[in-house]
Amino acid sequence: MTETTDKTTQSTRKGVDRRSFLKGSAAAIGAAAGSGAITGFPTIWAQNIQNITLRQFGTGVSNLNEVAQKVKEDLGFTLEMTALDSDAVTQRAATQPESFDIADIEYWICKKVWPTGNLQAMDTSRIANYEKIVGIFRDGKLTPDSEIAQGTAPHTVGFTSGPGGTDFVAEESGWMTLIPTIYNADTLGIRPDLIGRPIETWAELLNPEFRGKASILDISSIGIMDMAMVCEAMGEITYGDKGNMTREEIDKTIAIFTEAKQAGQFRSFWKTFDESVNLMASGEVVIQSMWSPAITAVKSRGIPCVYQPLKEGYRSWGGGIGLSKNLTGLELDAAYEYINWYLDGWVGGFLMRQGYYSAVPETSKNHMTENEWGYWFEGKEATDDILSPFGDKLAGAGEIRDGGSFYDRMGSVACWNAVMDENQYMVRKWNEFIAS
Amino acid sequence: MQAQLRKSLPQAAIAWFLASPLTLVLAGFLVLPIVMIVIVSFWGATEFSIYPAFLFDNYEFLLSSRVTYAVFLNTAKYALVTWAITLVLGFTVAYFLAFHVRSLTWQVALFLLCTIPFWTSNIIRMISWIPFLGRNGIANSALISMGVIDEPLEWLLFSDFSVILAFVHLYTLFMVVPIFNTMMRIDKSLIEAAYDNGATGFQTLTNVIIPLTKPGIVIGSIFVVTLVMGDFITVRFMSGSQSANVGRLISNDIALLQYPSAAATAVVLLITVLIVIGILLRFVDIRKEL
Repeated sequence: MTETTDKTTQSTRKGVDRRSFLKGSAAAIGAAAGSGAITGFPTIWAQNIQNITLRQFGTGVSNLNEVAQKVKEDLGFTLEMTALDSDAVTQRAATQPESFDIADIEYWICKKVWPTGNLQAMDTSRIANYEKIVGIFRDGKLTPDSEIAQGTAPHTVGFTSGPGGTDFVAEESGWMTLIPTIYNADTLGIRPDLIGRPIETWAELLNPEFRGKASILDISSIGIMDMAMVCEAMGEITYGDKGNMTREEIDKTIAIFTEAKQAGQFRSFWKTFDESVNLMASGEVVIQSMWSPAITAVKSRGIPCVYQPLKEGYRSWGGGIGLSKNLTGLELDAAYEYINWYLDGWVGGFLMRQGYYSAVPETSKNHMTENEWGYWFEGKEATDDILSPFGDKLAGAGEIRDGGSFYDRMGSVACWNAVMDENQYMVRKWNEFIAS
Repeated sequence: MQAQLRKSLPQAAIAWFLASPLTLVLAGFLVLPIVMIVIVSFWGATEFSIYPAFLFDNYEFLLSSRVTYAVFLNTAKYALVTWAITLVLGFTVAYFLAFHVRSLTWQVALFLLCTIPFWTSNIIRMISWIPFLGRNGIANSALISMGVIDEPLEWLLFSDFSVILAFVHLYTLFMVVPIFNTMMRIDKSLIEAAYDNGATGFQTLTNVIIPLTKPGIVIGSIFVVTLVMGDFITVRFMSGSQSANVGRLISNDIALLQYPSAAATAVVLLITVLIVIGILLRFVDIRKEL
């Protein structure tokens, strides 16, 4: 080994003189740096990459055609997007690894899917903005003194022991399972015009005052968390960990909701985004579990709707990009380019202007106006109309975001979407609840 | 040519040969999938995968759960009520078309009129009831403005009422068509004979028309009962996910990757439906009547 090195050095000395060698390498570095500066990304293999197609699938929230178009413009390769519901996403990631290159999944889905070995670990040294990723996804702490919420907190399933690992490790090992892309804090949506008084706690969902006018989502893994938030707020149950309940806790929780269901508390349950929008907009329901863009959709019809911050805190969720184990060579390089591009700010800005948060907020800031950044991230009064990326007006001057700033909202997360050890038992109980 | 073929092939071989295309299609697309479902129903499942085994766990859980019985009972209730209503409606409509409308042109025209709603997708027909029946929907606001009620009727939507309403709306035609078809083939002279012998209209109906329409009624009943028992989407939308039937149990299992459990439920449902059809077929020998 040493011998070879010596020989090479010698031949270099002989063949090229020191001066021309330095000149040449400086030029090469300059060229590489120059090309990087123009597009923001190395274009060394840009010729081959044109022919690459990456197949991405995931839930509707971040599978947006605008992203695929922008990828084509900025990176040159084709990104095919398929949007599915979270059950179908889990199913596909777990059972058909050949059918995708990139999986855009939530962290609790990752907990289910990662042990199958269908995804490959990602080398954080290849992620340019890794150091800027929000603490929630690294050591779990938003700020150094914040407490980690219950449930499947992203950092607990964010790292694996190494390439080929199918386990999760607690520390930042340098090998990530998912690269975080999008997250938010969820709470209850209400119709302030039909309720007419302040709502401050999750317990209001089961308040008999709203009999026949409440709703909860019929997706067991998320619905059970909303239920737990309600039961805890009512003072009925104190959970060890809402994200990982014991059988006894599951039984008690479901029993409380079954009783309420039989008393006619719920108007309907919903399973899809559109259903939740229609229930709220038509006035069938005045208080329900809801997702942030659904609130926006109701508001854009001119109907008042508030994403009500509650004193017990938020139920939060996060999504990220995982790579199929079948990705190799140039396609794998392209996937890393895509990830780096994803964290570079354009997508972040695009998502944040819809009310989500980006994993690297500081790069997203460059793609938002000061007014937008102030409204969405800092919780300041809007100084002008706030428009969605699609041109709909979401808020006018003087309005502030429900729940306030990023640190206010993400700082009061009570629990993360989760998958429990007793998941199968919980699902069976959930089915009983629906059938009761 | 035919004679030659007959000579070269024995009778039985020709019969087998002619039946083979249908046999192959049914074997490939009906028998094989059902066999697969039965096999998978004995497999085991973890949270994200299924593995071959020979376990009775799925059936054990299914048959020992209180919920299973409640859900099967609910499914049977939907099937029975929908069947009764569609039978009365279907029979009445078919009777009107067959015996009251005299000209064939009008019969055809009115029959086509019955099918017009079926030119749209059945999901659309079902969902269009939701804004109509809602709390602030057309039905409630009309009733309130007419002074019939003061408060909106809550049970119009997201209730058993709305589920059955949608079923009746969706499936009545499946009752009308076979009953109308058999009624049209009743020899009119039989009815004249009944009148001549002094039978009242009601006696003619019960002694002549209904017995002769039985095959149509049974075929229509099979359609309606199997459709209602196998449905899951109507129940989900019209009950606002608050009621369950067997189809929803299966779809929930599939969504959660519990294929073996879904397969076991499907097998039990299949057996139940076959028993129902078996009972229905006891009333009439379809092969003889058609």
